[in-house]
Amino acid sequence: MALYSRSGRPKPQSGGFELASWYFMRVSGVALFVLAFAHFSLEHFLFDPSEESATWIFNQRWNSLFWRSFDWLLLMMVVLHAFLGMRTVTMDYLKGGRRTLALATLYLVGVVVFAMGTIVVMSVPLTMPG
Amino acid sequence: MLLLRYRGSEGMLAWAFHRISGIAIWLFVLLHVLDIYLAGGNPNVYDDILKFYASTPGRIMEILLGAALLYHGLNGLRIMAMDFWPRLTVYHKQIWYANWIIFVAVGLPGAWLIIKPALGL
Repeated sequence: MALYSRSGRPKPQSGGFELASWYFMRVSGVALFVLAFAHFSLEHFLFDPSEESATWIFNQRWNSLFWRSFDWLLLMMVVLHAFLGMRTVTMDYLKGGRRTLALATLYLVGVVVFAMGTIVVMSVPLTMPG
Repeated sequence: MLLLRYRGSEGMLAWAFHRISGIAIWLFVLLHVLDIYLAGGNPNVYDDILKFYASTPGRIMEILLGAALLYHGLNGLRIMAMDFWPRLTVYHKQIWYANWIIFVAVGLPGAWLIIKPALGL
């Protein structure tokens, strides 16, 4: 019996990259459920945007290897999950040359976003807490 | 509701909302990586963007973002549960309504906490 769900993508029967990315969407989805909600709660419930600034990020929020690693893991998961998801959406609506162009643009944006996030999370100097 | 009587009923709506919320979150991630990148390169511009996040329209956007995240996350768990325990598919509508109960129970207090400072409370 083929696995099928009422709103998710059916499990690819082909194997290879399609099956691997189907599993990856689910694994990263569980990870993001924890990572993204912890991140959102931290910025909006534990702190408030009115007390946040670049200085606050350097001196407090990112003055910890744990939270930098946490945010970098979130970045990795969200970029892979979001771009694989957008790939599915793109392939549902576009065909031929337009699909190739849209996917190439999508992957390029994904690489740039991942690089930008990685550069900033790693380059801001860590001033160890006193 | 007319929407619930159209063809795919709850399953179709669950799929459509999942897709719309996913695209919306993807757009916010692009904006958010751009703004945090500026925090390293140009802190003054970043502080200006944060002033928008702290304003009333900014807070309404954050509530919508939180709603998209919450729906996408809960419906994602629902999809996974049905993928790995196919017998649950029989109850796909019930699980979807359970998702909405959690959505309201978690979302309303969350939305209140986000908008509260804008109301001076």
